[in-house]
Amino acid sequence: MKWRNPVDLVRDALRGQRARDKDLRNLVSNLPYEGLEKSKQPNRHFPGNAIKTTKYTLLLFIPVNLFEQFHRMANLYFVGLAILNFVPVVNAFQPEVALIPICAILSLTALKDAWEDFRRYQSDRKLNNTPCLIYSRKEVGFIERCWKDVRVGDFVKVVCNEIVPADLLLLYTADPDGVCLIETANLDGESNLKQRRVVPGLCISDPRFEPESFNGIVVCEKPNNNLNHFKCYVERPDEEKVGAGLESLLLRGCTVRNTDHAVGFVVYAGHETKSMLNNGGPRYKRSRLERRLNVDVIFCVILLFAMCIVAAVGHCLWLQAVPGVPPYLVPDSAGRLDSPALSGFYMFFTMIILLQVLIPISLYVSIELVKIGQIFFITNDIDLYDEGTDSGMQCKALNITEDLGQVQYIFSDKTGTLTENKMVFRRCSIMGVEYPHKENAIRLNVLEEAESEEEIIFNQPPRTGWSMDFENSEPEGRHHHHHHHGSRRKSKVSGQGQKDVAFSSPLETDVIPDRKLLQQISRSQEKDPYLDFFLALAICNTVVVSMATARRRRASWFSPSGRTNNPLETVSTLVKKVGSLFTSGQKPIHQHLTVSKSDMVIEEDDLSSEGIREKTEDLDGLETCSLHAASPSHKESAASDNLRYEAESPDEAALVYAAKAYGFTLLARTPDSVTVRLPSGKDLVFELVDTLAFDSNRKRMSVLVRHPITREYVLYTKGADYAIMELLGTPYAEHFSGSEKNIASDTQHHLDCYAKEGLRTLCITKKVVSDKEYMSWSLQRQRALAAIEQREELVMETAVQLETNLSLLGATGVEDRLQENVPDTIIALREAGIQVWVLTGDKPETAVNIGYACRLLEEEDLVINMSCKNKAVCTSILDCTLEEVRRYDENPQNVDTTPNISLVIDGRTLVMALSPDLENRFVDLTKRCRSVLCCRVTPLQKSKVVKVVREKLKVMTLAVGDGANDVNMIQAADIGIGISGQEGMQAVMASDFAISRFKHLKKLLLVHGHWCYTRLANMIIYFFYKNVAYVNLLFWYQFFCGFSGTAMIDYWLMIFFNLFFTSVPPIMYGIMDKDVSAEILLGLPELYRTGQGTGEYNFFTFWISILDAFYQSLVCFFIPYLVYVDSDVGLFTFGTPLNTVSLFTILLHLSIEIKSWTVVHWIIQVGSVALYFIVTLAYSAICITCNPPSNPYWILQSQMADPMFYLICIITTVVALLPRYMFHVIKNSIAPSPLIQAKLLDRLDPSARERCIREWRSFRGGVHLEDSRSSTPPSPALEIPVEMYTKSTGAAELMEDEFVLNVITDNYLRHNGPGT
Amino acid sequence: MVKAKAKPGPLARRPDNSAFKQQRLPAWSPMLTAHTVLPFFYILALICLLLGVWLLLTVQSTQEMKLFYTEAKTCAECFEKRENVSLAAEECRCTVTFLIEKAFKGDVFFYYGLKNFHQNLRRYMDSRDDGQMVGRKSNLKNPSLYCSPFSQDQNGLPVAPCGAVANSIFNDSFTFTYHKSASQNIPVPLLRNGITWYTDKNIKFRNPRMGNLTLDQVFEGTTHPPYWQKPVNELDPDDPTNNGFINDDLIVWMREAAFPNFKKLYGVLCRDNKPFTKGLPAGNYSIEITYNFPAQRFQGRKQVVLTTLTWFGDPPAATAAGHSGPVPRTTPPF
Repeated sequence: MKWRNPVDLVRDALRGQRARDKDLRNLVSNLPYEGLEKSKQPNRHFPGNAIKTTKYTLLLFIPVNLFEQFHRMANLYFVGLAILNFVPVVNAFQPEVALIPICAILSLTALKDAWEDFRRYQSDRKLNNTPCLIYSRKEVGFIERCWKDVRVGDFVKVVCNEIVPADLLLLYTADPDGVCLIETANLDGESNLKQRRVVPGLCISDPRFEPESFNGIVVCEKPNNNLNHFKCYVERPDEEKVGAGLESLLLRGCTVRNTDHAVGFVVYAGHETKSMLNNGGPRYKRSRLERRLNVDVIFCVILLFAMCIVAAVGHCLWLQAVPGVPPYLVPDSAGRLDSPALSGFYMFFTMIILLQVLIPISLYVSIELVKIGQIFFITNDIDLYDEGTDSGMQCKALNITEDLGQVQYIFSDKTGTLTENKMVFRRCSIMGVEYPHKENAIRLNVLEEAESEEEIIFNQPPRTGWSMDFENSEPEGRHHHHHHHGSRRKSKVSGQGQKDVAFSSPLETDVIPDRKLLQQISRSQEKDPYLDFFLALAICNTVVVSMATARRRRASWFSPSGRTNNPLETVSTLVKKVGSLFTSGQKPIHQHLTVSKSDMVIEEDDLSSEGIREKTEDLDGLETCSLHAASPSHKESAASDNLRYEAESPDEAALVYAAKAYGFTLLARTPDSVTVRLPSGKDLVFELVDTLAFDSNRKRMSVLVRHPITREYVLYTKGADYAIMELLGTPYAEHFSGSEKNIASDTQHHLDCYAKEGLRTLCITKKVVSDKEYMSWSLQRQRALAAIEQREELVMETAVQLETNLSLLGATGVEDRLQENVPDTIIALREAGIQVWVLTGDKPETAVNIGYACRLLEEEDLVINMSCKNKAVCTSILDCTLEEVRRYDENPQNVDTTPNISLVIDGRTLVMALSPDLENRFVDLTKRCRSVLCCRVTPLQKSKVVKVVREKLKVMTLAVGDGANDVNMIQAADIGIGISGQEGMQAVMASDFAISRFKHLKKLLLVHGHWCYTRLANMIIYFFYKNVAYVNLLFWYQFFCGFSGTAMIDYWLMIFFNLFFTSVPPIMYGIMDKDVSAEILLGLPELYRTGQGTGEYNFFTFWISILDAFYQSLVCFFIPYLVYVDSDVGLFTFGTPLNTVSLFTILLHLSIEIKSWTVVHWIIQVGSVALYFIVTLAYSAICITCNPPSNPYWILQSQMADPMFYLICIITTVVALLPRYMFHVIKNSIAPSPLIQAKLLDRLDPSARERCIREWRSFRGGVHLEDSRSSTPPSPALEIPVEMYTKSTGAAELMEDEFVLNVITDNYLRHNGPGT
Repeated sequence: MVKAKAKPGPLARRPDNSAFKQQRLPAWSPMLTAHTVLPFFYILALICLLLGVWLLLTVQSTQEMKLFYTEAKTCAECFEKRENVSLAAEECRCTVTFLIEKAFKGDVFFYYGLKNFHQNLRRYMDSRDDGQMVGRKSNLKNPSLYCSPFSQDQNGLPVAPCGAVANSIFNDSFTFTYHKSASQNIPVPLLRNGITWYTDKNIKFRNPRMGNLTLDQVFEGTTHPPYWQKPVNELDPDDPTNNGFINDDLIVWMREAAFPNFKKLYGVLCRDNKPFTKGLPAGNYSIEITYNFPAQRFQGRKQVVLTTLTWFGDPPAATAAGHSGPVPRTTPPF
């Protein structure tokens, strides 16, 4: 390397820093500079693609790791004590010995860190060395290099099923339409294919793409972590700017699917890629118990100081009382003695060292271990496992398990959380006429019954033939086996195969057309609203069409192992591709092979089947390519049945499938065109002019197409009814006929009915755009798209400009079915004393009905509805209601007659109610409500609600949701639970715990939450007790040794005592103790209430245990003292029985506390005692002079030869534990707590237990509970509460409303991303 | 609820349905109610009662006699004398007499006792070198820093045995006489060795071994602790197994007492000859004390204790628990 001027180097580094920090980056191709030295490279300032996630380097490991570790308070405490011990005047032990604890802790942690870092290093290396194809000018082609060689400005080629190595600006794909499909499952878990397109107008898709011809400048923004946002433009040599956004960006970690190959320009590499920027560490939350615990640790510190001061003052006074110079006072080397005051001062520090165990540092380590154990059991619970998705419980936050046992408020999302998020097309209204789709409803009922009776779904003949996929025949084929086996589970397994594509269960895909509507369509002509309606359903979406046979291999999470096979796979793919040109006719054979192999797997039921499955899927992967290669010519001939729709939201898929049921089949979608097959068999190719994507402010989306026959520009818009109704083209204008006017109001009427039924509604409109209008709009649009500043706002503005004067075609009602056992779960949670709130973006009517269906609202409830337009009204309503509710509350006679109060509030009112001046009143009102339903709320409002309740009421909150719109809420709550449902993984990634079904919440909270909480709470209390009881022995001894800081127990044995002899039992207790069985906890949800509020770990229990510890230590000290007083006992001979006695006391104390003894308990308890004797005996036999002055040689042995030793052990232990034992016995006999009563039930046989539970419920829960149990879920058509509704928020009111509602239909919100 | 099936491929992530992982291990959950606990209590009470009765009987059969001699009779003079450090070298003897009314049956142990002497102060306890006591040559010449300031004398000679513990050794000696009649004075034979733990005498305390050198040669170049009158190798010149570091009195003293009031074994009655074959007969006794240990400096008291042994206690290390201790507590407190 050439020598360079250091000034130049510094200047260059500064320039690099500036280049990286600039808001806009200018990137050029590396190719012209290939082979030049580094300083000549234009993109040298930007980091390369090699990643390094390790924290340490080999050389600097020790200093850096130590530095990291000393950030912890606990370690500093240890170091402080060790240093103190090196000061000769205050040391309590030999200085070297005092180093043991800190060294042990530091080295263990360092080992763990080193191992973790090594793992990271290995995975980094694997990733960095994965091969990829980079263009080289010298070779004039793509050559194979490693990921780490990729630099910003390179051209990278990715082939099918390969993972993208860096963030690429897509320049070329093998697809003639310039489209590349990717799967982002690695990034956000969304498994549907997403379409990316080449930057338009840059590289005209030559038969061969030549990177060397690329001579533009790519200007892009600074790297950020928003996965859904990217702005950039390319400046061509002729100074024209071409805008590009996320639709042209291939993110690192994505997998290329169904596209033979693609070439991209690297814009961000390595740590600047979006996926790496999104790679946050694990979340750290502090649980409420831990916060409480820290307060008690401070008490312990105070206690420690008090004891040290007592000792210091005592030493001082004792020294003053000593006459003359007794021979036992040792002067310093100069022969002088310190003054009593000074000695007392030194003694204070000596005592801190001696009594250091009082501050339970080891408690923190133990708590962490206990939580790991608890999480192990939670994640391994088979009841929290969902077979449908093959996913169990995931714990992301490792340290808030016990919070699950204290939840007081649950905030739940509706769509996808309470409901399946499987959208089923139910009804539609076209031109003011309602089509109820009765046959379809019957089919759904059949399906439902089949499922509820646990029968084989495929035994029913749900399919009527016309919408049978090729793929569907596969489960049909398998069905024979299931029939023989008669197992429901297996049939579910086979259903799995279909689940590859989201939103495509038979429930969702099959729609039986309404007969009347079918007739209507068959009569319709070319230009007909019916035709337009279905065209709009088919076109107005972002659904990607793929071939049914193109089953994709699921990539595992960004794992390098998945990647390592790739080169081989790539080669075979290429070979296969060539082959497929000749063998396309053999396709069915492969298909057959796949089927038969999977069948074999099912039949054999064996564990090795995974390997086989892998193989079959590989075959599938190959086919993907072979099919694709043949695509242009085969597309036309491909049977429409082979189509699969990859939708980003379930609503879209449901509508496309509905359109397909009526013969309007979406055949293909490219960036420029949409092909739809009409019922007549004719294919219409619409030129796709523009797509106005959904956003949460507009709450609608549109597509602008050019009609192939009329050549008109047509805008189809679909969206939330209230968003659309405002934009209808002056429905009352003169040029519309009377009937037209009615359409809007009729449709609105139908929409209201749908909502009452709990259906999700969408309005479909059409608008013909004149050429002139289009031309002017399109200019603006171009400008907006190329803008880099405020691009979103501008783009949205143009969309709003076009979406005016729409004419209404009709509306659709899509059902979102409740998940199984949701009502059960909600009732149980409520019995457990948890307030359940549902926050949804749906219309109030829909929400209320779902509320009744899931038993959130009961028939006899008093439902208060709050919906007002301005703050004054809101205030008065709030005051009135509060007044009324208070009246109910205050009147004691009303206790039984008072109906439960439920509150329904809409987003707009919520904003007002949460304003600072009304906040308190609102919270006060909700506190008195049994359940609260918030409708039409935005993600931000959701989190606001959670925050307000959490802060005002100081309660433990839990938020549960499944979509991106719940992320804010999940993060705001104390506990965030994500449901890994159909809508991507964003909620799961933000959550602390991830479950797969709402019903799992019941066991998670009632059983695991309760267990985790009681276990940990009792373990912590025990830990405090243990430390105090043991340390006090030393303290009492100070009264007999002139407060001189003498320890009568060997220091090593003291360390071992805490480290080995008594550490495992409490940890085991914290992990495995079971106060009440899971069955009882589930049967009697109210047992959960014991943990709420302060629960079992509170001020009272803490001090009781401290007092008990004082008592026990007194007994443990003074009984041996009285035995040995005036005898010739040696100091350590006296300490040995003391140590033994306190071991027995401490372990037997735990035995009293342990609620259920399993084998593990026995082994650990007995093992601990055995370990004590073995280790102490061995230590006493080996150590002759190793630890002066204690010198434990042969002490325990000689003690054990003395019967007195055993006598002391028995009597002291009995006397020490009697009070606690008696306390438990008396309490359990006279006033047993509910938990103890429940525990009694546990001992009964199942049938008697069942009966007792029922009696208990009726006794405790009163008549009401029984009633609500026996009554069937009310039908959606409830009179009273719903009427209250229609009175207040009529359709007219909605339409008049000028207020801009921040309400969004739930499932669309994902576009907003978590950043909002 | 229980789904016990083999694990098929598609359910790969399904947790094991084992009793351990599902927290369904068979468990014994005792209920602490009066009903279940009372029988246990009765059994416990019975055991304690029996133990208590037994202990009571044994304790009653032991005999003990304490004799404070700090300022008793002629010893008062010596007491005054020892107050003055400069007279330390002067010998002082005194005699105390006492009456044993009831004969001591069996083995009789002779202790000296100190009150208010804190052998358990941390600094005092630390002030010793076990390495030196175990016979390491390096420690002999270079005593541990813990011994300071009793590790070297003014001339820089190492002290053996070093430290405050050894320095403050109890150095009174006793001659025990039985006055069978006014004229017949029979000296009571005391076994003065075998009063230490076996492990102490043979393992923890050893004289440095240096080839064929005599003990005096071995300790050459060291000096005795400042309070001592004679070097360590002259503690018992007659008996090489009781001289130097393995002197029984030194070993007994070096095992620090747990409490400020303690006693330490001085000797055991030798029952070989009459009239002591059955123990100490009743009658008049006297003890002649070579009064060396200064007690007034710490306001302490010195005593002589004679006891017989109970069935428990490991002779000669431990003794009877005496009148206090667990006995009153053995009856269950309910």
